[in-house]
Amino acid sequence: MKYAYYPGCSLEAGSAAYDVSVRAVAKVLGFELEELDDWNCCGATEYFSQDELVATSVIARNLAICRPDQKELIAPCAACFLNLKKTDQLMAEHSEVRSKVNEALAAGGLHYDPGQVRVRHLLDLIYTDIGEAALREKIKQPLTGLRVAPYYGCQVVRPMNGFDNTEYPMKMDELFTWLGAEVVDYPVKAHCCGGHMTQISEGAAYELIRRLLDSAVEHEADLILCMCPMCQLNLDAYQALVSSYFQKNFQMPIIFFTQLLGVALGLDFETVKIGKEIVSAGPVIKAKLGAAPSQTGA
Amino acid sequence: MAERVGVYVCHCGSNIAGKVDVADVAKFASEHIKDVVVARDYKFMCSDLGQKMVEEDIKKEGLTRVVVAACSPHLHEKTFRRACSNGGLNPYLLDMTNIREHCSWVHKDPVAATEKAKSLVSASAERVKFQQPLEPMYVDVNPTTLVVGGGIAGLQATLELADAGHKVVLVERLPSIGGHMAQFDKTFPTLDCSACILTPKMSEVGQHENVRLLTYAELEEVTGSVGNFHVKIRQKARKVDFDLCTGCGICVEKCPRKVVDTEFEAGMGMRKAIYMPFPQAVPRVPVLDTESCIWFERQRCQTCEKLCPTKAIRFDQEDEIIEVDVGNIIIATGWKPFDCTKIPQYGYGRLPNVYTGMEFERLCNAAGPTSGKIVLRDGKTVPKSVAIIHCVGSRDLNHNPYCSGICCMAALKFAHLLIEKTGAQVYSFYIDIRTNQKDYEEFYQRLLQEGVHFVRGKVSEVTDATRRPDETGKTIVQCEDTLTGRQERYPVDMVILMGALEPQFDARELGLKCGISCSMAGFYTERHPKLDPVATMTDGIFIAGVCQGPKDIPASVVQGAAAAARVAGMITKGKVMIEPIVASIREEDCSGCRICNNMCPYNAIEFDETRAVSRVITALCKGCGTCVSACPAGVIEGAHFNNSQIFAEIEGALWDAVPPAGVPGESESAGVSAS
Repeated sequence: MKYAYYPGCSLEAGSAAYDVSVRAVAKVLGFELEELDDWNCCGATEYFSQDELVATSVIARNLAICRPDQKELIAPCAACFLNLKKTDQLMAEHSEVRSKVNEALAAGGLHYDPGQVRVRHLLDLIYTDIGEAALREKIKQPLTGLRVAPYYGCQVVRPMNGFDNTEYPMKMDELFTWLGAEVVDYPVKAHCCGGHMTQISEGAAYELIRRLLDSAVEHEADLILCMCPMCQLNLDAYQALVSSYFQKNFQMPIIFFTQLLGVALGLDFETVKIGKEIVSAGPVIKAKLGAAPSQTGA
Repeated sequence: MAERVGVYVCHCGSNIAGKVDVADVAKFASEHIKDVVVARDYKFMCSDLGQKMVEEDIKKEGLTRVVVAACSPHLHEKTFRRACSNGGLNPYLLDMTNIREHCSWVHKDPVAATEKAKSLVSASAERVKFQQPLEPMYVDVNPTTLVVGGGIAGLQATLELADAGHKVVLVERLPSIGGHMAQFDKTFPTLDCSACILTPKMSEVGQHENVRLLTYAELEEVTGSVGNFHVKIRQKARKVDFDLCTGCGICVEKCPRKVVDTEFEAGMGMRKAIYMPFPQAVPRVPVLDTESCIWFERQRCQTCEKLCPTKAIRFDQEDEIIEVDVGNIIIATGWKPFDCTKIPQYGYGRLPNVYTGMEFERLCNAAGPTSGKIVLRDGKTVPKSVAIIHCVGSRDLNHNPYCSGICCMAALKFAHLLIEKTGAQVYSFYIDIRTNQKDYEEFYQRLLQEGVHFVRGKVSEVTDATRRPDETGKTIVQCEDTLTGRQERYPVDMVILMGALEPQFDARELGLKCGISCSMAGFYTERHPKLDPVATMTDGIFIAGVCQGPKDIPASVVQGAAAAARVAGMITKGKVMIEPIVASIREEDCSGCRICNNMCPYNAIEFDETRAVSRVITALCKGCGTCVSACPAGVIEGAHFNNSQIFAEIEGALWDAVPPAGVPGESESAGVSAS
């Protein structure tokens, strides 16, 4: 299985742990991620609200540079995924957008016909293409005893992109149930983390983050699993600030789902970059899963 | 001899004339179509005067063929056939062409619409010349009726017919008749006890000399046609001898295996492996559920068999196919509740204090698992605050776009019962309150007086994620109150979801068996939404109750009675006309390949073994044409739809097609593409 891979800017910097763990997990699960040659930024959440046509064109460039044999494009970042998917949909549904964007692309000698590339989120790939049976076979370190709160965030399931229930997604819940973890029924799993609201209105942002952390604590989760760099950053990096803002003492580790998946597949902490996060996840994983996982730990 | 064709173009008020230049169409017909001797346009062809016009022209002008360009033949073909008959012309020498639904209603440009109307009229006039006089047949109507479904609609239909002296076979899938109404506590808006008004009807049906009641049975196959249906019914094995059982109930009492009753008790109560769904069940003969019975699990127990005083237990009983002949069929198969887990953000199935409407019905039913005490799932806590959410799966583009009609009233009923029994604070979350039947609005006013908090808004989520201290231990309903424009959180003890009424899970399958169609949503399609709501496009098959669309008890009863009246009319008449539009096989040219035999959807083709040819049973043939097109030798002809008629129609439609220049003698299809 070979896919085109669009890591996105975050995965090159602050969320390098996500990128490293994705590639490590891919190796174990036997699918190949071929990084798109010369990809550009997806514009995150900002560009769309500034100028829709320019935003769409910038994103469409990434779809247009896919080679004819690169039919499926995998994005691990929720924002990248949403933007790429949305662009494909916009171009399919609106002929005006399609022709204007292609006019812009033509300046660079490019062209894109909607539907040419299927944009997919990494979780969809692992859940659907690898599937339960193959995953169960590859488990080296069952996650028995570890209570995880699966946090999807608001972008990956919206708007109606068909890969999971929009209001109450379940794919990550199921995935970690297969891996043996105790998945808590995390009621705020698709609520917003505040995004860049931390820069504009810290009170509002901290309240959103607090709700996510509080709910995980209430449900006695050992850690929160993310699938979006923005969510991970907000919950992890702002945790101390949120704690002092509300006079609380949060100690909730926040990692990417691929990192814990890697542990279940027998990869050691260093390989999946557990330890890069601010609130350390290592101790609780070690405590719950017994000895420090290693290549031999099964 | 040339035919003498009369063409009549209807204005249909402004329905047709508002778009199509009807006078121009009539002028075109008289000037350009060969053999047209009269062409007229008229305000309403279907009026008495319009019909008279046709009759007079047949007599005076010696018309031998008639074309009416008007609405759909579904509406008025009968009218104009009768007019032809009255004028002394065989009614099958008429052709109706639809220039309303197929033309004026669907086109914007009047010029193009007029041109299209001309083509349609031309096609019809060319075709009608090749039509042949046909004679309808009449068959006797079997006076026995099959009613499918023993809910309130089916019971009403059954009693109306049986009381009038007609035999009825009533088939019910579940072990007892009664339907959903038997599960309810009270009925709105009168608040009378549902069981008290239903059970007399049930026992009357159970004991009626004219009713053959088959419960725990399903419709397997329907063949034949109006007047003479042949029906196969699967009697599922009860594992109890129906004739020996006295209904004493010892087997049920002593059965050691208890399981959750997901059917009658909606999962709120238990039943035994051998059970009667409720005390007033009709018939009083239990059913043994082999999936939970200990004997079927590990060949042990046999308690029921040992204790039965009449030795009625039959572990080896098998399903049985019962065959009956009936003249008409009434389908009253009801509905199924929406699966509330499909809206996961409302928490059903995850949060313990979220209930479906059906669960709540059982919870507050005096005969239910808590004897009518409204308590939470712990069995003791009385809720102090309750949220009722309307439109769960209804009026929701993600699930069912339609309004389920009854949930607003049911929600008001629940609110009343809650206040009466628990004194709880009740919050009712609605999009619009719809109380548009007799005495319904008054009931709503009463509930406003009783102090229900009505919140107008669509609930975004039901959650246990708390934000404020007063939310601890509560189930929180998050909703924008659209009258104040504020997002609000309502911490409550109990949440009731008013799920949509959905078509039965096998509605489409049953529809196929009976040859009737479903709407997009899956409810059966009536012959006419306003004027013929209980008949279907298949003669002899009627529909009643929620299987036709969501409705309340009074409306279901009305439809049950209406369907029965239609059937009674057929029985009284005694004979039914069979359209002579049927297929026939030229037996001298039939090779006996039998390809047509299995293709016929009505089993109307038999094979004559001695002469090795296939033959159409005219009384069963519906004239669908499947065999005509399937016959490799081309020896089957569909009356009223033969090749000469169809080719003439095509040529007529292409009256203005220009053959491609310079290719004389090129095939006709080239002419088609050039048009």
